[in-house]
Amino acid sequence: MAKIKYHMLVCGGTGCQASKSEEILKNFQDLINTKGLENEVQVIKTGCFGFCEKGPIVKMMPDNTFYTQVKPEDCAEILEEHIIKGRRVHRLLYQDPETGEYKSDSKHMGFYKKQIRIALRNCGFINPENIDEYIARDGYQALGKVLTELTPEGTIEILKKSGLRGRGGGGFPTGLKWEITRAVKADQKYVVCNADEGDPGAFMDRSVLEGDPHTVLEAMAINGYCTGADKGVIYIRAEYPLAVERLKIAMKQARESGLLGKDILGTGFNFDIEIRYGAGAFVCGEETALIHSMEGLRGEPTVKPPFPSESGFLGKPTNVNNVETYANIPAIILKGADWYASIGTEKSKGTKVFALAGKINNVGLIEVPMGITLREIIFEIGGGIKNDRKFKAVQTGGPSGGMLTEKDLDTPIDYDNLIAAGSMMGSGGMIVMDEDDCMVAMAKFYLEFTVEESCGKCSPCRIGNKRLFEMLEKVTQGHAVMEDLDKLRNLSHVIKDTSLCGLGQTSPNPVLSSMANFYHEYLEHVGDKKCRAGSCKSLMQYIIIPENCIGCTLCARNCPVDAISGERKQVHLIDQEKCIKCGACMEKCKFNAIFIK
Amino acid sequence: MAKIKLSEKKIAELKEVCKSFNNEKGELINVLHKAQSIFGYLPAELQEVIAKELNVSVAHVYGVVTFYSFFTMLPKGEHPISICLGTACYVRGAEKVLEEFKRVLKIQVGETTPDGKFSLSCLRCVGACGLAPVVLVGEKVYGRVSPDGVKDIVAEYNN
Repeated sequence: MAKIKYHMLVCGGTGCQASKSEEILKNFQDLINTKGLENEVQVIKTGCFGFCEKGPIVKMMPDNTFYTQVKPEDCAEILEEHIIKGRRVHRLLYQDPETGEYKSDSKHMGFYKKQIRIALRNCGFINPENIDEYIARDGYQALGKVLTELTPEGTIEILKKSGLRGRGGGGFPTGLKWEITRAVKADQKYVVCNADEGDPGAFMDRSVLEGDPHTVLEAMAINGYCTGADKGVIYIRAEYPLAVERLKIAMKQARESGLLGKDILGTGFNFDIEIRYGAGAFVCGEETALIHSMEGLRGEPTVKPPFPSESGFLGKPTNVNNVETYANIPAIILKGADWYASIGTEKSKGTKVFALAGKINNVGLIEVPMGITLREIIFEIGGGIKNDRKFKAVQTGGPSGGMLTEKDLDTPIDYDNLIAAGSMMGSGGMIVMDEDDCMVAMAKFYLEFTVEESCGKCSPCRIGNKRLFEMLEKVTQGHAVMEDLDKLRNLSHVIKDTSLCGLGQTSPNPVLSSMANFYHEYLEHVGDKKCRAGSCKSLMQYIIIPENCIGCTLCARNCPVDAISGERKQVHLIDQEKCIKCGACMEKCKFNAIFIK
Repeated sequence: MAKIKLSEKKIAELKEVCKSFNNEKGELINVLHKAQSIFGYLPAELQEVIAKELNVSVAHVYGVVTFYSFFTMLPKGEHPISICLGTACYVRGAEKVLEEFKRVLKIQVGETTPDGKFSLSCLRCVGACGLAPVVLVGEKVYGRVSPDGVKDIVAEYNN
């Protein structure tokens, strides 16, 4: 039998695939074949490692060497040096930006040090397209335990004791949700996995599905057993082709192994799963809208009650949980409620996965214990702000959340603290902004998203958000008056209070929180017609500094709208009426004679 | 919109798609996905056939098509270009990249170049935020795109 000495784990997540990780995989395999090392070295395509900033990642096992930013042309060197000669390829190791030290093992890297990986426990470790690797890491053991040793009530009790709350953003206790669905009497029930990750800038669910699809299938089967459902549906975005493909492979393998389908593990329990596709509608993250979309209708929400647990998919009781929630469940069953409840804060147990992005050094996917502070996330795990700029704000909860600032950096993160701070947990997007980001423009950006995504069913959301957007546009263009700011605030509250579903009830949050934290920026836009971040184009002016201008005419020749006048060797002048603020002049000027006011 | 005449062959193909989902009206979204992947877009004539096959009104089909941003009633270019305007890409300058594409291709978002080669659209987050700003041409992902790099991307497909 072949004795494999080395396993090379190559990241096959979306980010790394975009940086040619497929080519890396192929190169490694070709090299191994030509050198006749098939019996000693195995290349495995894994899911996301999380450290997307430094992708593509290649990890060598068993010595845990962690290579970053690997290029297809580096493969020969890695194989030759690392595997044949037993020496690490130094230049591909991660270099600590502060100390300059090279770190070979990910455990010692700032990015990983504070993380606890439960939902992501298998991402980056196993080949997601091979069920045996999942089983080797205790996969499907939780399902086995539930089916053979536990009752549905007993299992629900474990979940309730663990304190697990819905990771889709709502934070509803998962065990309680299952209990409610279980209590409803019906001839047919459904369990649903909500994989319609719509928050722009969040990619937690996709990474779990791409890196560890079986954990979701296993947890859904457990859910089916506990709530009395024999059918599961995964509702997933059509924009995630890789995740869909891996789910399909996983479902096929699970069926072949008798872990899905009829008489699972010989216990008489039947459960199978099908996939339904979303088609790009943010509102479908809302349970009732999601269910309508699954039925082939427009994804419009309806008033609750009735809750899906009473009347959901095709009018039957339906239990909807999010991908990350599911990913926690097998671990909780195997390790126990007490273990899970020992992590986190009083009311928020366990860990949370965040997609850290924006103006931060280490963009990536992280899983941290509840109760960690934003400071630890941004400055220790995230490695601080890009290009040594100053931290300004971080948006959690996506378009439904709010901006947190310097003063919130030391607040322990959990569901309740984030709400108290004017934001929310949301699904886990975390966008970091620096001093070059205008907070009014950010609020406008989110509102533009909401306006586009509002389903149009209720008027506060359909009309109100449009008006909010227009007012914000007025502010960023310098046409607003002070009265508009009061209107902005009042309308925000009206929309929150009167909208039908979660989308409208939260859409004004970016406006309200930016007004609460950065009111001075609003005042500057309105009163002084000034944008301190220099990002609102209409308020910008390109000005020529007479002392520096030598009259070379380069700027005038490059201006696309002929807004610059002046004779050769004379100081030039920009006509502000004509200027379209494209910045071409400033880019071309060799004498630093143009600045932005 | 000008009426397009669907060929008998295409109508037959479409009916086959509907049949593969048992002409079940609850499968409408799946049918539309399949139809769009075959025909590239969903013109009114196509929707009429689907409506008839699934025994629902054309208005119902149209309502669903226009509700979801993934479905389009306009044909896309040979190389559809999508600029990610998710938050991570936005804060890293995706808007400037979009402006540059508009300038270079001389079309607006939602339009196709007269030679049918490129079309321009925006999307929200492909989940490759580590590479922001991100641009998709067809299914190929380009990461860390700067306005300066736009011309090169277009040139790649122009030869």
